[in-house]
Amino acid sequence: MTVRTLPALGPTRRLTLPDQAERTFDNGLTAIAVHRPAVPLVEVRLWVPFGGAHLARGALLAQTLLSGTGELSNVGIAAALQTVGGGLGAGVDPDRLMISGNGLVTGLDRILDLLASVLGGATYPADEVATERDRLIDRIQVAGSQPAHLARVALLKRMYGGHPYAVQTPDAAEVRVVEPDDLRGLHADRVQPAGAILVLVGDAEPERALDAAERALGGWSGAAEPVELPPAPPLEPGPVLVVDRPGSVQSSLRMALPAVPRTHPDHAALQLANLLFGGYFSSRWVENIREDKGYTYGPHSLIDHSVAGSALVVSAEVATEVTAPALLETQYELGRLAVLPPGEDELEQARQYALGTLQLGISTQAGLAALTSAYAGSGLRLPFLAEYADRLAGVTREDVAAAAARYLAPAGAVTVILGDAERIGDPVAALAPVRREAAPS
Amino acid sequence: MTARRSEIPATTYPAERFTLDNGLRVVLTPDRSAPVVGVAVVYDVGIRSEPEGRTGFAHLFEHLMFQGSENLEKLAHFRHVQGAGGTFNGSTHLDYTDYFETLPSNALERALFLEADRMRGPRLTEENLRNQVDVVKEEIRVNVLNRPYGGFPWLRLPPVMFDTFPNAHDGYGSFTDLESATVADAADFFARYYACGNAVLAISGDLDVAEATALVRRHFGDVPARPAPQRPDFAEPDLTAERRESYTDPLAPLPAVASAWRVPNPITDFANYLPYVVLAEVLTDGDASRLVRRLVQQDRTATTVGGYLGFMGDPFDVRDPTALLLQAHLPPGGSVDKLLRTVDEELDRLAADGLDEGELARTQARMATHLLRETDAVLGRALAMAVLEQQRADPGLLNELPRRIGEVTADQVRAAAATLRPERRASIDVVAGGAK
Repeated sequence: MTVRTLPALGPTRRLTLPDQAERTFDNGLTAIAVHRPAVPLVEVRLWVPFGGAHLARGALLAQTLLSGTGELSNVGIAAALQTVGGGLGAGVDPDRLMISGNGLVTGLDRILDLLASVLGGATYPADEVATERDRLIDRIQVAGSQPAHLARVALLKRMYGGHPYAVQTPDAAEVRVVEPDDLRGLHADRVQPAGAILVLVGDAEPERALDAAERALGGWSGAAEPVELPPAPPLEPGPVLVVDRPGSVQSSLRMALPAVPRTHPDHAALQLANLLFGGYFSSRWVENIREDKGYTYGPHSLIDHSVAGSALVVSAEVATEVTAPALLETQYELGRLAVLPPGEDELEQARQYALGTLQLGISTQAGLAALTSAYAGSGLRLPFLAEYADRLAGVTREDVAAAAARYLAPAGAVTVILGDAERIGDPVAALAPVRREAAPS
Repeated sequence: MTARRSEIPATTYPAERFTLDNGLRVVLTPDRSAPVVGVAVVYDVGIRSEPEGRTGFAHLFEHLMFQGSENLEKLAHFRHVQGAGGTFNGSTHLDYTDYFETLPSNALERALFLEADRMRGPRLTEENLRNQVDVVKEEIRVNVLNRPYGGFPWLRLPPVMFDTFPNAHDGYGSFTDLESATVADAADFFARYYACGNAVLAISGDLDVAEATALVRRHFGDVPARPAPQRPDFAEPDLTAERRESYTDPLAPLPAVASAWRVPNPITDFANYLPYVVLAEVLTDGDASRLVRRLVQQDRTATTVGGYLGFMGDPFDVRDPTALLLQAHLPPGGSVDKLLRTVDEELDRLAADGLDEGELARTQARMATHLLRETDAVLGRALAMAVLEQQRADPGLLNELPRRIGEVTADQVRAAAATLRPERRASIDVVAGGAK
């Protein structure tokens, strides 16, 4: 057998950022355009601040925003977009209404015009609202049968208590009573240019893209009262919450741990600590519970940033009979990182991954659009990426150890397990105090 | 007719092809717009080729390819890719299995080393096999057994439509078959199907063709030559009478249905296959499409409708026999019979009256956007070119697809719709067992 050795890496290419331009229009809308001409397309993201909006109305507004204007029906809008290879869709979360889409760059003006007509003149026709209301109710019912959704519902409630982040899916009953007038009212109050951020990424020279955006959207009018959510409350550790889902063949294990926003001095070290624990495949936790013990298929942990707070969320779907052992190993790996500094090699490996995936993340139009928009939503711009890369490069073992001790300590975790309580309750109780609850319906 | 239509753009990615002396085919597609590369190795073996009594084996074997190789310990592959700043995965399809990485371009040689090492020989041990059987069982639980609509329709429809084991069996596999798999089975499977003559390597992105060629020769040149096995003919006769089955999904809260009709051979009859690809979009792409308008908005007999070619949803990486699929989720108490009758009615109307003005052109424009978005990612390009090389010896077809789709005529779409008759249809419907 020829012994072959791993080839060394070539010289690292420095992160180079694409050309971009930014302009805030008179109506308060900020537009950011980024140049990536590799394919003749453009990506569109419009972030409209939506914190504190009524949950059921907000969800239905997103579903029906593109259902008609004074001039066009829903089919008319969809067909006009398609004609230029375009499509638009809308979604809400507790921070924002997000309108996303893409199309042929030759259709940019048309897409922006259609976007403007919807923003300024969505009519919420009674028929379409009724259809979408029923569909939304059906979707909520289907979501309620999915373990990942149920586990998330239970975790959010446990994490956020009385904060608006605690409940992010409306009840079917709340949706059922929403009327077109409610949507028109919410639109008039909240779908406004002030504080909104438009991102355009693609095969268009940035200043020209901004000109096009200003032509189309400069006349979008109205002023929203800014709504700021209170900061998310700190996590309050307590008993493991076992949520009963009788007959489950797997348990959904979730943990929330504290985290900090992207701009916090600890963030780069925490990001690396998260990678070392469970944030990528070559992490201690994945190697332990998947590649060594075969308890699970796709365990992962990530830092979730919202406007009012950040959290580190740990997720695994594990076989029912190994639920407690999987929890034990999870606590073990969190604790091991929180009390012992990592090795130099494994830190270097995680650092290279963090730096490399920044390069990969900005190598497509869609990736750039997602990143630019997410950054803009936290008040950041693309050049922050270079600053962040420098911070990642400077993190030491001691920094990671300190961040892990502060944020990853298992004693600070909020833990929720959705599964067959009859089968998992007692073994889990051998590891930690347990509180049982019926599955949310 | 002069309906205003958008110019359909195309890409011009180069496709440099060569074959090593050992039979490995290589495609290079340089593009220096970002310092990243996509590397794909595709083996011409998939779910259809796995032996009877070994359902799920092709997929299980995919897992084993990550468990160490000649010069690499278990876990080393993952660590070396991610430690170079890259990401990786693999996937098992009906007609092929792929392994791939996206990395910063300074890690290209490392990726080639890793792929060549496992092409020479993965470490097939009892311990790794048992471990990955457990992992695959959890994958099946999370994707099929523990969730509503698990395996619908890709695992549920083929056994209704097809009669032979290769086309009809469950590609994820039964727990019994998975548990009885042996290391000897794995060694045989590797020997037969993982020959370098049965593989294609494609690299896209920030590379120099001459340098990359030299690196490919350095790392893959001494992989021992083994020829590709003869691929069996998986053909089956078309249906002559409607087939319809249903099953109760104890977790699903609402009914659902999927139907499929056989389509022309995607490889040997591509020109007649393409109109079906367009037809699926005419029927289901967005609020302006025929079935969304009729079923979702007008009749409210469905809450979602989807349509696509191939059981795994990609029209350009599957061989014969394959199908056009339509699937719908129904509102509470919805009638599958009524929904299927309406689909027939809409297909009849399309076959009789043809398309509306502008309907075809706008569908084609949207399809072009979808194709171009896929190719914007270096890996999307590498994977597509690898499969096109393997199945058609024509990786450059990737650049041609938007134009070829744009050339499909309204008459062809209409003729395609006319073939989707109830008597050629196979359907599976989900009876909601989890309704509250």
